[in-house]
Amino acid sequence: MMKQWQVAKRILPLLAVFSLLLSACGREDLSAMKPQGPVAQDQLDLMKLSIAIMIVVLIIVFAIAAYVLIRFRRRAGQTEMPEQVEGNFKLEVIWTAIPLLLVIILAVPTVQTIFAHGEDLTNDKNAVKVQVTSHQYWWEFTYPQYDITTAQDLIIPTGKKIAFELKTADVLHSFWVPSLAGKMDTNPDGTLNKFSFSAPNEGVYRGKCAELCGRSHAFMEFKVKAVSQESFDRWVNAMKAPAVLPEDTQLAEKFKTNCLSCHAVGDQGGPAAPNLTGIGGKEAVAGILLNQREGQEEGKPVLDNMKEWLHDPQSVKEGNTMPSPKSLGLTDEEIDGIAEYLANYKLDYE
Amino acid sequence: MAHAHSVKRYRGLMDWITTVDHKKIAVLYLIAGGFFFGIGGIEAILIRIQLMKPMNTFVSAQVFNELITMHGTTMIFLGVMPIIFAIMNAVVPLQIGARDVAFPFVNALGFWTFLFGGLLLNLSWVMGGAPDAGWTAYTPLSSAAYSESHGVDFYTIGLQIAGLGTLIGGINFLATIITMRAPGMSYMRMPMFTWTTFITSAIILFAFPAITVGLVLLTFDRILGANFFDVANGGNPVLWQHIFWIFGHPEVYILILPAFGIISEVIPTFSRKRLFGYSSMVFATILIAFLGFMVWAHHMFTTGLGNVANALFSISTMLIAVPTGIKIFNWLFTMWGGQIRFTAANLFAVGFVPTFVMGGVTGVMLASAPADFQFHDTYFVVAHFHYVIVGGLVLGLFAGLHYWWPKMFGRILSETLGKWTFWTFMIGFQLTFFVQHFLGLMGMQRRIVTYLPNQDFDLLNLVSSIGAFLMGVGVIIFLINIVITTRKPVDAPNDPWEDGRTLEWTIPSPPPEYNFKQTPLVRGIDAYWKEKMAGNKEMTPAEPVGSIHMPSATPLPFVMSVGIFIAGLGLMFSKDKFELEFMNIIFNNYIVVIIGLLITFGAMALRSLYDDHGWHIEPEDQDEKGART
Ligand code: HEM
Ligand SMILES: [Cu+2]
Repeated sequence: MMKQWQVAKRILPLLAVFSLLLSACGREDLSAMKPQGPVAQDQLDLMKLSIAIMIVVLIIVFAIAAYVLIRFRRRAGQTEMPEQVEGNFKLEVIWTAIPLLLVIILAVPTVQTIFAHGEDLTNDKNAVKVQVTSHQYWWEFTYPQYDITTAQDLIIPTGKKIAFELKTADVLHSFWVPSLAGKMDTNPDGTLNKFSFSAPNEGVYRGKCAELCGRSHAFMEFKVKAVSQESFDRWVNAMKAPAVLPEDTQLAEKFKTNCLSCHAVGDQGGPAAPNLTGIGGKEAVAGILLNQREGQEEGKPVLDNMKEWLHDPQSVKEGNTMPSPKSLGLTDEEIDGIAEYLANYKLDYE
Repeated sequence: MAHAHSVKRYRGLMDWITTVDHKKIAVLYLIAGGFFFGIGGIEAILIRIQLMKPMNTFVSAQVFNELITMHGTTMIFLGVMPIIFAIMNAVVPLQIGARDVAFPFVNALGFWTFLFGGLLLNLSWVMGGAPDAGWTAYTPLSSAAYSESHGVDFYTIGLQIAGLGTLIGGINFLATIITMRAPGMSYMRMPMFTWTTFITSAIILFAFPAITVGLVLLTFDRILGANFFDVANGGNPVLWQHIFWIFGHPEVYILILPAFGIISEVIPTFSRKRLFGYSSMVFATILIAFLGFMVWAHHMFTTGLGNVANALFSISTMLIAVPTGIKIFNWLFTMWGGQIRFTAANLFAVGFVPTFVMGGVTGVMLASAPADFQFHDTYFVVAHFHYVIVGGLVLGLFAGLHYWWPKMFGRILSETLGKWTFWTFMIGFQLTFFVQHFLGLMGMQRRIVTYLPNQDFDLLNLVSSIGAFLMGVGVIIFLINIVITTRKPVDAPNDPWEDGRTLEWTIPSPPPEYNFKQTPLVRGIDAYWKEKMAGNKEMTPAEPVGSIHMPSATPLPFVMSVGIFIAGLGLMFSKDKFELEFMNIIFNNYIVVIIGLLITFGAMALRSLYDDHGWHIEPEDQDEKGART
C-alpha cells in the first residue's frame, strides 16, 4: 500500500502537466481530450492515468538508454574484454515486479470503469431511449417512447441519460461521439449493443462512423444536438405534427411520387431513407455538407448544400444508394424547387 | 572417385527455380519480400498523399479503400513476413551448425506457394479491382453482397495460398531446430535468434490453421453461396472477428519475436558482451507467445462482448507488458559495462529499443477497455501498431540485414550509406507516426479517404505525410547501398564484425554449399565466443572429414505452386459469365480448377514415385570457398 502511494505521489504532478498538454489541442465538440460529458470524462481520466504511468516508464527507459549509450561507447584503443555478465537475479526480479505493480495500478480503475459504464439502462424510467440504426451511409434515430424517427441529427435533452440500443441495417458501423463517449459498434440483429451517455451542456457535438463500412465511410458523419428539456419537448411535438408539403401542388406531387417512396416527412412517406422532417433546420445536409450556423465560421447556406446534394448525390457521397433526382426524370427547375422547399422546412423548437 | 555419379546442375534462372539450398531460398525470399515491401510502400505513400490536405481528391474513395486494404495485407503477409523468413533461412541452419533445413524440398515449396499467392493477390490491381474491405476483411462488408468485385476473392484465395507457404515454412523450422542442432547445443545453449525462430514457428503452427479455416469459410460464403457469416440465414459476422483475431493477434507476435531475436544478437555483438539474463529472455519469449494467444478479443472491445469479457481481456493484455519489460531491461543491461560500437546494424538495434518501448506503452494504454472505446479505429491505433511493426520489426529487419549481409553475400554493406538510411528512416518514421497519436485523440477515425477542414487535423496530417516521404528516401538509400555493394568484390572475412559470438561466424562468407565441412562441437552459450576466449581460432569438429550428402535440385515445388495458382484463379472465376463461350465452359465447369489441381497432384505423384537419393560432395571437392559470388 505504502509503495503504491509513493508511486501515485510521483505520478500526480505528471498528471497535472499532462492534463494541460492534452487539453491544448482539438475542438471542444470533437476531441476526446475535451470531454463534454461524464462518460468521456471518465474515459479521459483513465487515459491520463495510463499516460502518466507510461511516461514514467518511458523516462526510466530513456534515461538508462541515454546513460548506457554515452557512458559505454567503445573508445579508441580499448582492447580489454568487458566482463561477460550472466545476469543478475535481483535486478531481474525487480524489473519483473515493477511492471506488474504498474499494471495493477492501471487494472483496478480499468475494471471499475468497465462495470460502471456497462450498466444496462434499458429499463430505467428516467432515461431517454434511442434506437440507433446505421445504414450505408446514414444514421437513423428512433425514439420508441415518443414514437418518432429522425436521421443524421440526434436531438437529446441536456442532463438526461440517453439509453442507446444500436443495430445496423447492412454492414458493421461504429457509433462515436468523441467528446461525449467512446464508440460502440452497430451489429446486426442478435448481437445488439447497448450503452449510454449524457450531455450536461447545450451544444452540437460531432459524431463519426468509426468502422470501415464502404466507400463513403469517411462521409458518414452525424451531429448530436443537446437542447434544454423544454426545447426537446417542443421538438418532439413538432416532429409529430402532420407533414408540410410544397405549396405548389404540382411540385408537391413530384415530391411525393419521386422522393417519398423512400423518405418520409411527418406522417407521410417511407422509412427506407433518412427522414426529412424539418431538414432545413439541421446541422448538415447528408451529414457531411455543413450548414451555416451562428457562431461557427464554416458551412454554406443550407439552400446551396441542398442543391449540391440534389443535383448530384454521388459526387457528395460516393456509392450511396439514393438515385440521382435527374435520373428520376426531374428537371433542373423542379430540383431547385424541391431544394428550396426542403431548405425552408424547419421546425421551430429552440 | 568411388561416388562419381553425375549430378544434374542447373544454371541461371533454372538454378533459382530448382534450388533447395536454404541459403538461396533465403535470397529468393529476400527479393520477393523486398518487391512486395516496395509495392506496399508505394501504396502507403499514395495514402499519405491523399491525406496530406483536407477534402483532397487525389484518389477516389473506392481506390482509397483498395489502397489501405492492399497496403495492410501486402505489408503484413507479403512484405515483412518473407523478409523474416529470408533471415531465418539464411541464419538459423548456420547458427545451429546444420548443413540445411530438415526438409529442403518442402522449404522450396513454401517459398513458391508464398510467391504465387502474393502474385495472385496483387493481380487484383489489374484484373478488375483490388480487395476493399480492409486487411481485416470484416463481414458483412467483405461478403459478396457488399463487395461485389472479385477483390475479396483475390484476398481469400491469394492469402490462402500464401499462408500455405508460411505454415510449411514454420513446420520446417520447428523440425530443423528440434532435430538438427550440432552436438552439444542443448536448448539452453541455442542463440536467441534461433530461439525466437523456434517460438515463432510454434505460433505459426497454431495460429495459421485459424486463418486457413476462416478464409475457407469466407470463400465458401462468397463463391459457393454458403451462409457462415450471413445473419439473415443464421450466420454470425462476429464469428469472423473471433476467427480473424485468434489468428491476427498471434500474428503480431509472429512478426515481432524474430525482431526480438535479431536485436538479441546484434546488441551483444556490438557491446562485446554476452546477452544479459539469457534464461529470462527465453522464458519471457515463451510467455509472450503464450499470452499472445489469450488476448485476441482486445481487438473487439467495441464489438460488445460484455463487461466480464472486456475486463478479462483488458487484464490479460496488460500482463504482456511484464515479459516485454524484462526483455527491454535485459537489452539495456547487456550494453551496460560493455564497449558499444555504433555500426549501422547496431544503430538500428539501439534505435529499436526506445521506439519499440513507445509502441509497447501505447499498447498498454489500448488494453484499458473503457479508454479503448475512444482509441479504437482511430489514428491512435494506426500510430500504435506502426510503432510496433515499423519502429519495432522494420528497424529490427534493417539491423538484421546490415548485420548478416556479409554472411549472406560475402560483401559488407556501406557503413556510411547505412547510417544515412538509419537517420532518414528514423526521423521520417517519428515524424510520420508520432503525431498520429494526437490525431486519433482529437477525433480522426482511421480508414477515411478524407476529412473536413477546420477540425485541427490539417497540420498534423501534413507533417505525417512529409515524414512518410522521408522514410521513402531512407528505403531508397538502402536500395542504392545494395546496388553499390553488389558491385564490389566478395571479400568479407568469416567474422567481419570481429566480435561474432555464434556459429555462423566460424564459416566463410558466403558459406559453402554444405555450410560446415565438419559439424562443430558446441561447448556453451555463444559457442564461437567461448572458443575464441579459450584461445582457439576455430571450432572443435564433432566428426571427421567425410563425404557430405546433399539434396537434389528440382523444379517440382515450382510446378506444384503453379498448379495451385491456376486452381485458385479457376475457382475464383467459376461463377463468372464470359464473352467467349469457350471460357464459360472451362471456368464454369471447374475445368480450370481441375487442370490446376492435376498439375499439383501430378508433381506430388512424381515426387513420391521417383526416388531421388540426392548426391554427395566428396572431401576432395570440399574447398573452403563460398558457393556463390
Ligand atoms: C512508409 C511507411 C508506412 C506508412 C507511411 C504507412 C502509412 C499507413 C497509413 C496512412 C495507413 C492507413 C491508416 C488508415 O486509415 O487505416 C496504414 C495502414 C496500415 N499499415 Fe502502414 N504505413 C507504412 C508502413 C507499414 C508497414 C511496414 C506495415 C507492416 C509491416 C504497415 C502495416 C499497416 C497495416 C496493417 C495497416 C492497416 C490497413 C487496414 O486498415 O486495413 N504499414 N499505413
Ligand atoms: Cu459506417
